[in-house]
Amino acid sequence: MPVVDLALASVRDLNAALHALGPDTNETHWQVVNPRGLHAIAVGIDVPVTVEIDGHAGYYCAGMNKHACVIINGNAGVGVAENIMSGVVRVKGDASQAAGATGCGGLLVIEGNASARCGISMKGVDIIVKGNVGHMSAFMAQAGTLTVLGDVGDALGDSIYEARLYVRGSVKSLGADCIEKPLEDTHKDQLYSKLEAAGIAGEVDVAEFRRYGSARRLYNFHIDNVAAY
Amino acid sequence: MYERRGADADAGLSRNRPMCGIVGLFIKDARLEPKLGSLLSSMLEVMCDRGPDSAGFAVYREGTPGTLKITVRGPAGFDFNGLSGRLSKSIGTDVTVQVHDTHAVIACTSDREAAVRAALAGEAPELAVVGRGARMELFKEVGRPDRVARRFGLDRMGGTHGIGHTRMATESAVTTDGAHPYSTGLDQCLVHNGSLSNHNDVRRKLRREGLTFATDNDTEVAAGYLAWRMQEGDRLGAALEHALQDLDGFYTFVVGTGSGFAVLRDPIACKPAVMAETEGYVAFGTEYRALVALPGIEQAHVFEPEPATVYVWEKT
Repeated sequence: MPVVDLALASVRDLNAALHALGPDTNETHWQVVNPRGLHAIAVGIDVPVTVEIDGHAGYYCAGMNKHACVIINGNAGVGVAENIMSGVVRVKGDASQAAGATGCGGLLVIEGNASARCGISMKGVDIIVKGNVGHMSAFMAQAGTLTVLGDVGDALGDSIYEARLYVRGSVKSLGADCIEKPLEDTHKDQLYSKLEAAGIAGEVDVAEFRRYGSARRLYNFHIDNVAAY
Repeated sequence: MYERRGADADAGLSRNRPMCGIVGLFIKDARLEPKLGSLLSSMLEVMCDRGPDSAGFAVYREGTPGTLKITVRGPAGFDFNGLSGRLSKSIGTDVTVQVHDTHAVIACTSDREAAVRAALAGEAPELAVVGRGARMELFKEVGRPDRVARRFGLDRMGGTHGIGHTRMATESAVTTDGAHPYSTGLDQCLVHNGSLSNHNDVRRKLRREGLTFATDNDTEVAAGYLAWRMQEGDRLGAALEHALQDLDGFYTFVVGTGSGFAVLRDPIACKPAVMAETEGYVAFGTEYRALVALPGIEQAHVFEPEPATVYVWEKT
C-alpha cells in the first residue's frame, strides 16, 4: 500500500502520482499522512482507488473526484468534494463551508457537522450529514439529495431548483422558494437507499425525516409574471 | 483591513477581500506562557501566503502594577538611542525605553501618560503611538510576516495571550498604517478579516462620543467601537453583542483585552475561521494550517466558530 507523507512529499507530488494511475492499477489503496490542513489534497482522481487521509485536510480536498473513494480521518476545510462527479468522499470529522459545492454525482458523507452553504449549487451529488449543517445550505441546489440527520441553520434551500432535501432535526428557517413537501413512500425508499449507500441504514427511522424542495415559483415562467419581461 | 485611500478606493472597486490571515492564542496552562511568542510566530508564518504584504501582532506580556507601557513606532532607521534620557529629563521622572527594531516600548508610571505623550510630541514627533496598556505590546510593519515577526523578536516573547494579522493589500497602499492590529483603548486590540460597510457612519458617531481616529481604516473603527462600549461599562462579551447590532459588513474579529480573548464572526460567516481548544490553550486561525504546530493539536477540540456568536475566554 503506497503511503505518502505530506511532511516529506508535496501535495503536487501526491496528486501527480494519483493522476498517473491507470484504471487497472494494482495500487488500489493509498494512505496519506501528515495532511496538516494542506489544500487540494487528492483532487481530480479519475480511477477507482481508495485514498485514506489520516488527519485534518485543508481546502478543496477530494475536489472533482471521479470513481475514487476518499476517506478523511479528521476534519475537512472549505469546499470538500467540490464538483464531485462520482465515487465516495467520507469525512469522519466535521466539514467546513461549501461541502460538496456544485457536486454533479457520487456520494459525500460527513459524519460530523458541516458548516454554512453545504451543497451550494449541487447538481446531482448525494450528500449525507450525520450531524448539523449551517445556514444557506443547498443554496440554488439543482439536483441530487441533501440528507441531514441533525439540525439545519437559516435559509435552507434558498432559490432551490430541483434537489430533494431530507431533514431529521429542526430547520431554523427556509430560504426563498423552498417549502416543505409530503414525505411519500417513494421518498422514504429513496432516503433509505441513500442511507444504505452511506452505510447507516437502520441507524435512523426514515419516517422521522421531513422533505423540503422547490415551490417552483422562482425559476419557472409563470403567466402572471408576463408583464415583468 | 479595508482602508480608504485616494481615488482608487473611492472608485467603488471590488471590496471583496478573499485573503488576509488572522491568528490568536490564549494560554490556559501557565506552563505554556513562556512559549506564547514562538507559538504565535509559527502561526503567523504559516499565514504568510494569505497575507504577504504586512504583518502585526499584539502580545500580552508581563506587567508591573502602576506601570503603563506605550508602544511607539518610528520611521525606518529611527535612532532610539538617548530617547529614554531625553524623555526622563523632559518629564522629570524616569522612563525606560525597550527597542524592538522600528518600535519601542516606553514604560512609565500610569499617571504620567499625558506627560510622556507631550514629551514625545516635543522630543520625537516622528514617533506614532500604536498601543498602550499595562501589559499589551503591539508591533506592526510592512514586509513578509515571518520576517516581520523575526525583526521584532516575537519568538522570544512570553505572555498570556496574543493576536496577529497578515495582510494582503488588495486595493489600498501597503503601509504600516494599514497593518493590524488596531488599538484604541488601554490593553485593547483587534484584528479583522473582512470589510465593514458602515464604518464611516460609525466613525462619525464615535467622534461625537469623543473618540479620535488616526486612519480612515474600517478596522480602526471596529476597535474604537469596542473601546467605546467597554468605556460605557460593557464587558468584552456584551461589547461584541452590541457590535453585532451596530457594525455592518464582513468580519471575523479576534479581540484581546488585558484579561480576555474573544472571537466574533458576522451573521453570514463570510470569512473563514477555525478554532482549537485543549486544556492548555485556545487558538484561532483563519485556516487550520495555522494551528498545526501547536502542542497536542491532534487531540484538540477543533471547531468552526458559529456565525453571529460571541466567544469569550477570560483569565480568572
